[in-house]
Amino acid sequence: MSVPVAGYFVLAAALFAIGTLGALTRRNGITIFLSIELMLSSVNLALIAYSRVLAEAGYALEAALRGQVIVFFVIAIAAAEAAVGLALFIAIYRNRQTIDVNRLNLMRW
Amino acid sequence: MELAVFSVFALLAVVSAAVVVLHRNPVYSVMSLVVTLISLAALFVMLGAPLIAALLVLVYTGAILVLFLFVIMLLNVGREEPATGGAAQKWVAVASALMFGTILGTLLWGRHFGLASGPLDAEYARPLPLARVLLSEYLLPFEMVGLLLLAAVIAATVLARRSEPGGEPDGGGTAEGGR
Repeated sequence: MSVPVAGYFVLAAALFAIGTLGALTRRNGITIFLSIELMLSSVNLALIAYSRVLAEAGYALEAALRGQVIVFFVIAIAAAEAAVGLALFIAIYRNRQTIDVNRLNLMRW
Repeated sequence: MELAVFSVFALLAVVSAAVVVLHRNPVYSVMSLVVTLISLAALFVMLGAPLIAALLVLVYTGAILVLFLFVIMLLNVGREEPATGGAAQKWVAVASALMFGTILGTLLWGRHFGLASGPLDAEYARPLPLARVLLSEYLLPFEMVGLLLLAAVIAATVLARRSEPGGEPDGGGTAEGGR
């Protein structure tokens, strides 16, 4: 029995909501970062599923594969983001000895 | 059969994502995210994107999450102390995330319910058409992503470097860079 594409979309929405929850409630900077990576991955799942929908709707192969190309770029940019973000956390930890985001309130209004 | 495989991996993804968000020890969170991403890669294969699935496993679990683990162990973050206050904030966050997920899920479900992912032509899953799109139509973004990665590596090295007090040229040079 085949799976309706909607199942993939609902899974992506659920993972995105879980990631949102983590980014909103956690105070450890690295866990917040992990939640954001989770949200990025759930969007990747939705994009791949949309690519599949287009392929089955009879679009040209080049048009349908654009979703996968976008996922490729998202993965590459997530790698760049992780490198810079983790370097920022190292720098913050070196100055403040904590990465608890509740204590990093220097720029807070 | 396909439904069973989808259910197993979807359940695995949701449970391990919940562990990522809820576990107090960030090392376990990272390990759990590995499980989430591998089950997502399995779902990508089911959707006919084996190249992207391989890329996801290689880049995410092979590089990014190892970097996370490395930083967690370098900083010795350990367990998060229990919240000092603001239980209201937590409940508001739970409610808004639930509401957001429900709205998003309902919209997508209603829009695509009829569509079943049936059998696909073999050309879609092959790497060659994807590479052709990536390296012709998207050649400029492809090169820009390469430049972006280079810039990110340089920025990360500069940010994580231990700056010398006073700013005088240091003897150790760049050998003691953070990564």
